[in-house]
Amino acid sequence: MKKSSINQIETKHLNVEFHNHPVIKDINIEIPAKQLTAIIGPSGCGKTTLLKSFNRLLEIQDDVKITGQIVVDGINIMSAGHNVPDIRKKMGLISQKPYPLPMSIFENVAYGLRIHHDKNAKELAENVQHCLQEVGLWNEVKDRLHDPASRLSVGQQQRLCLARAIAVQPEVLLCDEPTSALDPIAAQQIEKLLLKLKKDYTVILVTHTLRQAKRVADYVIFLYFGMVIEQGPADEFFNNPKNPETKAYLSGEIS
Amino acid sequence: MNRRTLEETIFKLLMMISVCIVIGSLVIIFGLVIINGASSISIEMITQTPTPGNALGGGILNAIIGSLLLALPATGLACFIGIGIALYLQKEFTPVWFSNFIRFTLDVLWGVPSIVYGIFCLMIMIYLGMGSSLLVGIIALTLLEIPIITRYMDESIKLVPIGLKESSYSLGSTKFETAVRVVRKQAFPGILAGILLGLGRGIGDAASILFTAGFSNRIPGSLFDSTSALPTMIYNLYSLPSGQPKAYAAAFILLMIVLIISILSRILAKRFTKHVIR
Amino acid sequence: MRKKLGNMNKRKIRDLIGTNLMLIGTLFASVLFFLIFILLFYRSALVLENTSIIDILFSSTWNPDNGQFGLAPIIIGTILVTGIALLIAIPISLLSAIYIAEYAPTKIRRMIRPFIDVLAGVPSVVYGLCAFLFLVPLVKDVIAPLFGVRTTGLCIFTAAVTLAVMVFPIIISLCVESFCAIPIALKEASLSVGATKWETVKKVVFRASSPSILAAILLGFGRAFGETIAINMVVGGIPVMPSSVFQPGETLASLIASKYGELMAIPLQESALMLVALILFVVVLLFNILGVFILRRAKKRWNY
Repeated sequence: MKKSSINQIETKHLNVEFHNHPVIKDINIEIPAKQLTAIIGPSGCGKTTLLKSFNRLLEIQDDVKITGQIVVDGINIMSAGHNVPDIRKKMGLISQKPYPLPMSIFENVAYGLRIHHDKNAKELAENVQHCLQEVGLWNEVKDRLHDPASRLSVGQQQRLCLARAIAVQPEVLLCDEPTSALDPIAAQQIEKLLLKLKKDYTVILVTHTLRQAKRVADYVIFLYFGMVIEQGPADEFFNNPKNPETKAYLSGEIS
Repeated sequence: MNRRTLEETIFKLLMMISVCIVIGSLVIIFGLVIINGASSISIEMITQTPTPGNALGGGILNAIIGSLLLALPATGLACFIGIGIALYLQKEFTPVWFSNFIRFTLDVLWGVPSIVYGIFCLMIMIYLGMGSSLLVGIIALTLLEIPIITRYMDESIKLVPIGLKESSYSLGSTKFETAVRVVRKQAFPGILAGILLGLGRGIGDAASILFTAGFSNRIPGSLFDSTSALPTMIYNLYSLPSGQPKAYAAAFILLMIVLIISILSRILAKRFTKHVIR
Repeated sequence: MRKKLGNMNKRKIRDLIGTNLMLIGTLFASVLFFLIFILLFYRSALVLENTSIIDILFSSTWNPDNGQFGLAPIIIGTILVTGIALLIAIPISLLSAIYIAEYAPTKIRRMIRPFIDVLAGVPSVVYGLCAFLFLVPLVKDVIAPLFGVRTTGLCIFTAAVTLAVMVFPIIISLCVESFCAIPIALKEASLSVGATKWETVKKVVFRASSPSILAAILLGFGRAFGETIAINMVVGGIPVMPSSVFQPGETLASLIASKYGELMAIPLQESALMLVALILFVVVLLFNILGVFILRRAKKRWNY
């Protein structure tokens, strides 16, 4: 068992370049386990890029160069010889806009399960039900599990994506501005869910709304032009920022 | 290696093989045409018409000119009719059910084998008491090209943002002015690609002009003369050993024309995007 | 005071004329559609008066001199040629399309796509010529002996392979286009639950683009089914029931091209060929209707 004080993810001298244009510059951060870490910063500062480098999703894009180390549970996942799908399985991704897979609601959640374990039908159904209950979607969809997922509302789709992610029992949830495409009520639901889920998962939340970060974060990382300006526990960060740029950002002078 | 990665590796291998087959077939086609064509092409071949009384002597100038005289007017006609239809299929002009019906008929017409256009025009030709001629050939090719050009233009016109049209209307433009001045300009790269595609299809098609344009050793003097064309010349001569040099030369020129059209459409598509609002 | 702009009346008239010209063009397209159908039907009435449609479709003797117009061997030939061609073309094209869209490095992708476009533009008569020069001897000397068969090389198999190569670029370019149009976030969603790339392709990419794949295959079918000249050059052109794929045969479209010279000599044969053209037209029509229905259903179901 790992203690909660242990760092789940650390990066050492992480650099990312797109088409020879640096996006992430020499980043050294530590993300604590079983807490909610918010990555904040103005748009275009590399938040999403940083997030996607954690589960090596950047590699599917063209002309990307990544150097440095990303240490997850004490293992450098950037070194050669790793089975990348296994790394990704450890980290669920929730994207800005919900992208349900082109299948039924049930199959969306069962998708990862079917890939990883050859479960029998009963276990599979129980697992799917559990995950849908976990995200509070079960009561809304239990009568139409086999409808196309695209018929759900956007907020429901986002919760479905969350259920799909936790179905494969990840350790980390990577959330890329998961509420930015949602109406306020659906956004609130997702926020509450994330707070609930951080008991069992390490949650990393990319957000560009400061207020959201203040509401939910335990630990904050401030990115600006691809560099980490400041990182630390949330109270300290918001109440007593050390860096002048952080102060400026918090007071809305730069965005 | 587990089952999952093994499956991926096997399929990756199959993909590579498939790509090699496709590229290989392209290489074989170009290799055959260029090697055979280069050995049979000469200045006389492309500057002379067949020697009188001997279809196998002389050159293939009659077919080159014939092909251009068939395909260029046909493409022009098809383009003129096609742009009208494509602009008319916009929501402002027609109800959706009707435009969808027209799109469906165009799709069917696109799929109709060119030989059917050939035989259709032949039927009309006989009915009107005409013989095989340049004119009927042009008509057959025009009919063949209309669905291609129109559907291509239509697809690119569909992509014109509604806001662009709205801003034109709010300046007081009529529907027709908006269609012809704004929409046409915005969709121009797609329209051009459609025209070039139609031209490529028209200049290479043999089945539709086989009976309608006929065969002649001379360059046609009027619309009512029958004429040779590159594709029909290949079709008529490929199996005769003494006619093969001409068939090879014709195939070589045809392939070059197609290649030029393809390159041209790439260059033009780049150049003409400058007025396009993204 | 600024000058008043434009003459509204003049513009209105121009608008009226232009719009109506466009309407005429549009009507022309649909009239053409019906005109082809009606004229072909009208001209094939003669042979249908003499022989019933059942007899024509299922009788196996094509002998115009005796007034026998059995299309069965030609229909079988068409089905064989088109079927084999698609059996070869569909897997190869789909696999290539996945490779180009998903696996190939950007540089290679940028290089391959223009090649595919060029391949799509090569006229069918050039395909025919190359098949005649390359494939016919290959089938005669290498492939048929492998199966212990003797053939001239002008046979159904050769025609099918030629067609398959002609269909490649159609299916590939449409599929690559639709694979590339799938939002990258959808692939990320699948990858981030730990699916491999191939699993993502198999279960998500294929599914999300299934309407376009179907449309591509239907278009490929249309091209294969209606191809005339290239087949005519390599299929052998003998309208008898083929006993193996290495036997010469005949297809519907190719039959018209073969017999056009004799078209006007025997009125009954002319009418029979019109019937063949009508069959081609109707099959293309039916497949288009089928395509519309399938696409509509697929799109409704998954909204992609």
